[in-house]
This record gives sequence, structure tokens and C-alpha cells, in this order.
Amino acid sequence: MKRLAITSATLTTALGGGNAPTLAALQAERTGLAAVRFMDFPLPTFTGEVDGVDAVQIPSHVSEFDCRNNRLAWLGLQHDGFIQAAAAARTRWGARRVGVFLGTSTSGLLHTELAYRHRDADGALPAGFQYGPTQNTFSVADFVARALQLDGPAWVVSTACSSSAKVFGNAARLIEAGLIDAAVVGGVDSMCLTTLYGFNSLELLSSEICRPWDALRNGLSIGEAAAFALLEREPSTPPQGWLLGVGESNDGYHMSTPHPEGLGAIAAMRAALADAGLEPGDIDYINLHGTATPSNDAAEDAAVGSVFCAATPCSSTKGATGHTLGAAGGVEAAIALLAMRHGLMPAGLNVSARDPALRMHYLLENRLAPVRRVLSNSFGFGGSNASLVLGAAE
Amino acid sequence: MSGLKVWVQGVGLLGPGLASWANSLDVLRGVQPLVASPTVLPAPLRLPPAERRRAGASVKLALAVADEAVAQAQIDPTTLATVFTSSSGEGANCHALCETLATPAPMVSPTRFTNSVHNAAAGCWHIAVGSRASSTSLCAFDGSFGAGLIEATTSVALGGAPMLLVASESPYPEPLGRTRPLPDHFGLALVLTSTETTQSIAALSIELVGADQAASTCDDATLEALRRAVPSAAALPLLVALARGGAPGAVVLDYLDTTRLRIGLR
Repeated sequence: MKRLAITSATLTTALGGGNAPTLAALQAERTGLAAVRFMDFPLPTFTGEVDGVDAVQIPSHVSEFDCRNNRLAWLGLQHDGFIQAAAAARTRWGARRVGVFLGTSTSGLLHTELAYRHRDADGALPAGFQYGPTQNTFSVADFVARALQLDGPAWVVSTACSSSAKVFGNAARLIEAGLIDAAVVGGVDSMCLTTLYGFNSLELLSSEICRPWDALRNGLSIGEAAAFALLEREPSTPPQGWLLGVGESNDGYHMSTPHPEGLGAIAAMRAALADAGLEPGDIDYINLHGTATPSNDAAEDAAVGSVFCAATPCSSTKGATGHTLGAAGGVEAAIALLAMRHGLMPAGLNVSARDPALRMHYLLENRLAPVRRVLSNSFGFGGSNASLVLGAAE
Repeated sequence: MSGLKVWVQGVGLLGPGLASWANSLDVLRGVQPLVASPTVLPAPLRLPPAERRRAGASVKLALAVADEAVAQAQIDPTTLATVFTSSSGEGANCHALCETLATPAPMVSPTRFTNSVHNAAAGCWHIAVGSRASSTSLCAFDGSFGAGLIEATTSVALGGAPMLLVASESPYPEPLGRTRPLPDHFGLALVLTSTETTQSIAALSIELVGADQAASTCDDATLEALRRAVPSAAALPLLVALARGGAPGAVVLDYLDTTRLRIGLR
């Protein structure tokens, strides 16, 4: 693909709201994970909850979209001048020429979970429950497009945990095809009971803080996040970085277990490198999917090791943010941009004893070094794989 | 013709009174009226036995139309990239999870959770045919078909490789059904290619237009009611034109409030 300018980027996670608190936490090797506080979830686990989501006020002209997921989206838009950057793109290209493509896995599902706890004697949901603007999978892209007054093509990608990596591909294709000139991409996923109980039912939810690449890793910690990036055909000011390549594949193997040799993941990484016109040796740092489930990390290590030299520095930042599910690809793309802008390869946190069976060079402490190109992996249920190659602003 | 150009090489269709694309041609051509009868979902024989038992209505629907389109296109599904689009996704699984989560000590089924993802149908299809080609799963509420068509045609036009587009919705169980009424299961699939082949049915040229261009309607009142009631059925004017061998020369389909899709056919 022809490289695409990323002219604005922001993320809000358990590490804080915006790029600066995120960078400070990464520099300090500080995790945002803490013992679960969410609602009445009774089991021991760690979560990456974003402070202040419940107090967010949705703009009144789009108030029908009010739910925790869209509150998190609106909170995430407030940082790093993102709303102003989107407005500038709207002015520059025209509202109909700016698309909105966001990833989410559970959308406003919490809103429906709570409504089911308040059904009346006939089983009906509470009066005023609105399905479309809250729980429907499109809700967050519809909300963001209306809030930012963008009229270009819009949709949600919902391919579980690869969702918000894949939206970069949507934007790149529509810009290349000439349908649009710019796009707001990213992902928003918020805490809900379905994911907490669901991952627990699969025995994939750790009772401790998640420990990617640790020999005794025993599952993931769920996080929530909103991450956004603005992609433009040509930058008018120096960009934050560049989208260089996107690779997508499917395992075609199992709904919830990755292919043991990571064949689908290998295909996604190779496709991303080919799309960028780069060789494996051109990548300075790999942000792994690294969920800390035993099988995911093993399969990803095998896959990355079959594409890249084992000495390539890599880490998972999910020990800091938790697994933000459908927002993970967007979050980790924003972290990749911070890594390149500040010459920081972030450490993988919470490792007591690195798994000797995993062969990639996993960073146990921060490394300060120039980072010119990053590959970021995002893999999800349904065997969905996406890899992004991002480049420094120069 | 301007716009994104692709060729249609195969079609699948399933809905109330529409047993398949092949069985619906007379209705779509206006030779026979649509006689509504409940959609009959075939068993997903492509799936391995374990996945077949777990497959819900939404998966059966998507796989049925995908199968018909691929068979008609005479194309190898093992290397075929896919775009799945749906407004309703896995509504039945989400309903069951919400019911469980409203109980005092929820015991969530791991299978139910795994199959509640919006890309469950896509995941099942790729397992069924053993394909590692790229796949995405989209939603744009009432505009879900338009989103899928834009994504699929853009990929085909740029990348050159053929693509399977599957658009489908299944009704929600109550009480969700009352908040988002969908009359019955409805789905369609298109195999799209970048060049003409011996199986090609028609060439499409797709462009985004404003809402000032009126959406095409269906002459048959029952078809038209379906078009208005089910997001994927927004594609019906296109299917009517395909069934009539490319006539009329262009249709306009609903997508977003401010945007429609104009599709030229030849």
C-alpha cells in the first residue's frame, strides 16, 4: 500500500486518559491493572478499568446513544486535541469524504445486561430501553460519526479481539479507492459481565494479574479502552507516524483456540510486511498480541519466530492495560506511535520467570533506542488475525 | 460507468418464501408473486459434527447462502476471502447470556460465550471450508448491507482476488425482539470478482451518492415490505436487477441516513 499519514492519535486506558499519562506509565513500567471492582463480579481477577467513565455526559444532541461504551468513547475523544483534528479534517476534506471505522466486540452490551435484570412481570425490558443506539454493534461508530459530524462511510468491524486493527485496513482501502480522503479509526470496548463470566467459563481469566510470556501465566486480565487515530491521504502538518501495511487472515481452525503453529498469524504478519514492502529485518519492535493465556502466547511465539529473527525485541503491553478486546488493536497502534516518537520499547510487565519454552526476545525491562518501524499483532476468536506495520514520522 | 467495478459470479438467497436464489428467480422477475412462508434453515452440512450441533440459526443462515453462492460461482472456497455483514449478529446467543447474567449466580456456557461474537458465522465458514484467507465481519445497523458491499467491492477492485460477501439477519428472541423487530431469517450472498469470467452474471459499478437520490423499491408488495423490514433486504432491488439479467440499468440502495449506493449494472 501507499503509506498513509496518521495525523492524530489518542488512547484512554487504565493507564490514564491521553498520550502523556500513557507514556509516563510506560516509562515507569507501571501497570494500570488492579483487583476487580466492577459491579458485583464475585470472582478474584484483575481488571484494567478506566477512571471516570460513569460520570461522563454524552452530548445532548446524541443523548439516545448514552451507555457505558459510548461514554468511554466520548471520554477517549477528549484528549490530545482529537476532536479538533477531526474537525480540521472535516473542514479540509468535507464531511462526506471522512469515514468512521471503529472496532468493538461487545458494544453497549452492559446496557442490555442491566436491562435484563430489570424486566417486568411479563418479561419486558424497562420502558425507554433503546436497542439500536446502545447495544447494536454499530452503535459506537454511529455515535462517533454523529458526535464529530462526519458523513462519510461508517461501520463497525466486530471480529472479536482483532477488530480495531482491521479498521486501519478499511480506511486504507477506501482512501486508495478514492471513496474518501480521511478516516477516523480505532476501537472502543468497555467492561461488561458477558466478557468477565465468559472468559472465566473458558478458564481463560486469570485470578492473578496477567503475566504474558511468564512460565506460570494462567490467563488474561480484561481491560477497557478507547483509542482513535485520524488517517489522511496527505498530511497538512507533520504526522504522528505512518500506516505502512496491513495484513489480515483467518485461522480456519477453531472458534476459540489459535492454530497451534500459528499458521493464520504467520499469514497475517507476512501479508502486512508485503503490504508495506518491507522485510522482517526492517522491524525494530513487535507489539505482541500476548494475552497471557498459555496457548495464545505459545502459538504467537511460534508464529512470530517463524517470520522474524528470534532476536527481534518484542513485548506485550497487556500487562499494563489488560486485554482491551475489540479496542486492543487501536490501543496498541497508539502505543506503537508513542514507542516511535519517544524511542521507547516498552517492557512486558508482571513476569516473574520468563517461559523458557518461548524463544522470542521478550523485553523484561524498557529499552531506550530509536524505533523506526513497529509490527503490532491482534488475534481474535473465530480465528481472526490482523497485523499492522507502522512507521515513525521521520 | 464510473465507480468501483466488480463482476457478480454467484448469488445465494434465503428468506421467507425465498427458498434459494435459483428458486426465487420467478418472484424476482415478477413472474410470480412472493408467497410468504417461514424461512426454512438447512442443516450446515459443511461443518464438522461438533460445530454443526452448536450452530445457531444465524450461522445456519449465513452458511446456507454462502454455500449456494459459491456453488453457483464454481469457485474454490478454500482460498476465498470473505466479508460477513449483519445487523443482528448473534442476537440469540446474546439474549441467552443476558438471561443467565440476570440470575443470582450466573453459570455461563463457554460454548455460548464463544459463539456470541459477531464473527461467529465467519469463523464457522472458514473452519468449514478450511480457508486462511482474510475475513471481516461488519455491522452498520440498517445500513449493514451497504457497508459490506462497499468493503467487499473495494477489496476486489484494489486487490484483484475474488470475494464472498454474506449479508444476513435473524430475529431476536423476546424481549429483545420487541425492541428490534425483524420478521424472519433473511440472507444473501454474492461472489464478486475483478474480471469477467465464463460464470459472470453481471458487471456492477458502485458509487456513493447522497440521500437526495431515492432508493429503488420492489414492485412486489411483499418483497417491498421485506426490503423495508430487514437490513440485508436492502439488497433486494439489486437482486431483482440481477435476476432480470442486468435490467434496469441502475439501482439505488439504502445505506446510511445521508448516503446511498448507486449501482450501475450491465
